[in-house]
Amino acid sequence: MRAFLEGSKAIANTVSLCRPGVISAYPITPQTHIVEELAQLVADGKLDSQFVNVESEHSAASVVLGASASGVRVFTATSSQGLFLMAEVLFNIAGMRLPIVLTCANRAISAPINIWNDQQDSVSLRDCGFVQLYAENVQEAVDFHLLAYRLAEHKDIMLPVMVCIDGYILTHGIETLDMPEKEKIDKFLPAYQAPYKLDVDNPLTLGFLADPDYYTETRFAMQETHNEALKMLPELFADFSSVFGRNYQCVEKYRLEDAQKAIVAMGSVCGTIKDVVDELRKKGKKVGLLKISALRPFPMQDIYNALKGIPRVAVMDRALSLGSLAPLYSEIKSIFFAKKKAPKIISSFIAGLGGRDITAESIKEIFRQLNQREVVGKFIDLKAELLQDKL
Amino acid sequence: MKEIRIHARAGQGAITTAGILGSAYFIKGMYAYAFPYFGAARMGAPMNAFVRVDDKPVRMRSQIYEPDFVIIVDATLMRGANCLLGLSDKGIAVINHKEGIQAPKPKLKQKIYLVPANKIAQETIGRPLGNTALLGAYAAATGELDLNTMQEAIRERFTGKIQEGNLEAVKQGFEFIINNK
Repeated sequence: MRAFLEGSKAIANTVSLCRPGVISAYPITPQTHIVEELAQLVADGKLDSQFVNVESEHSAASVVLGASASGVRVFTATSSQGLFLMAEVLFNIAGMRLPIVLTCANRAISAPINIWNDQQDSVSLRDCGFVQLYAENVQEAVDFHLLAYRLAEHKDIMLPVMVCIDGYILTHGIETLDMPEKEKIDKFLPAYQAPYKLDVDNPLTLGFLADPDYYTETRFAMQETHNEALKMLPELFADFSSVFGRNYQCVEKYRLEDAQKAIVAMGSVCGTIKDVVDELRKKGKKVGLLKISALRPFPMQDIYNALKGIPRVAVMDRALSLGSLAPLYSEIKSIFFAKKKAPKIISSFIAGLGGRDITAESIKEIFRQLNQREVVGKFIDLKAELLQDKL
Repeated sequence: MKEIRIHARAGQGAITTAGILGSAYFIKGMYAYAFPYFGAARMGAPMNAFVRVDDKPVRMRSQIYEPDFVIIVDATLMRGANCLLGLSDKGIAVINHKEGIQAPKPKLKQKIYLVPANKIAQETIGRPLGNTALLGAYAAATGELDLNTMQEAIRERFTGKIQEGNLEAVKQGFEFIINNK
């Protein structure tokens, strides 16, 4: 059904139709509207779910861990410092192979405190074992939650999924979308059947001590499952398309066919880049975009195939790995190490930290700088006047 | 594509205003993207809300620097900042009039309308929240939306007495422009 809805509302109402048995969260900007709406749905009797109020994100993650271990579908959401407070639990959730779905409303991290959007929070947790999907718009944000549950709960996967949506831009952005109907969701997402769960009649334990004789194999198995998820995602996308009529991929190639220059990016900025690509194409410039929708598992082969014939590639990071190369850049760059077919130049740009607006002009500047030699970690829209050394 | 920038203080309902405006365009069959930008992120601080409208899905995510239309919810903001910065040469501004604050001079073919929106709101809603009166004025001043569509968007947002008051506020804002054009 076509609707004009705030991203948070659209997500909450879609999650509600996924029938989570337990929801637990602690409010943090800009995620709050999502769980506020879910709490309202529960309070109004529209959603039969147990909404557990807690005193911190650590507890919120622990509650959904425990609930999921008992075999019910669960949901939580957070941002920034809240995600970091959850971090210790998130590694456990993944290690216990619990199919939790978490929405990360992407926000910059402290200090200095900043409530605005970048992707440092979820990108910093790329190693925690969760699958990570990044949405470009509210439609994707909504649809990815359905895909998230389907993937997470598949008996051959059993991994948690983090749906990453840019704070404010998508959480507080109101836009036109096709809201998935209950009948279609029921068709696409059957009730969760836990392959194993905490059950007094059939006792088992999860996350028990694994000594050096066993630990490595648990990690190996998770790594293997991420590879498995990468193979499964195209099937799930096809299945999703057959029910909802919308097509997704781990990477989206936008006007790359004959491109001489391309930007690689994740999240809502891809919309802005698409508009700039169209504008430059009208002027005869052969430019394009590679949108990364899945950061974990990382679709290396797809990325290799998409970029191998493009001479000049810019990777835009909205996060840093302080003291080293930007996170997305270093992974893209490594794909092409010692490959015969590879871009001549893979440059790295940092943009949009802590809500610094990424304008059409910022994108054009990146395309312009691709004319030059390879640059590493170039900050776009940096204010030189703020870097003067004076107290 | 049309771009609208709303100037207000946090807590004055600019996001709701942007949402209703976007919703009116949605009812008209267009695509809209309405979004806020908070400055200091606390009540009373200057903030913006934006609406981008097109006949195809809106993808551009940046803030709006060269608006076609500007709505100023709180005229006192004009004391410290140029709220018409970047307004298109043919742009239209709808300002919630406040005694003692002069409107800036329009450039070229720009049009500026001062609307007694808070006065209208006081009489129709019972509180000096001029947002919906400004939306009525916006519809009339820009010719982008008809009164019915704007009122339809109000009906989707409010219920009961509040709806009634706001429907009347939109109408009076609309008529104020028609009568003073």
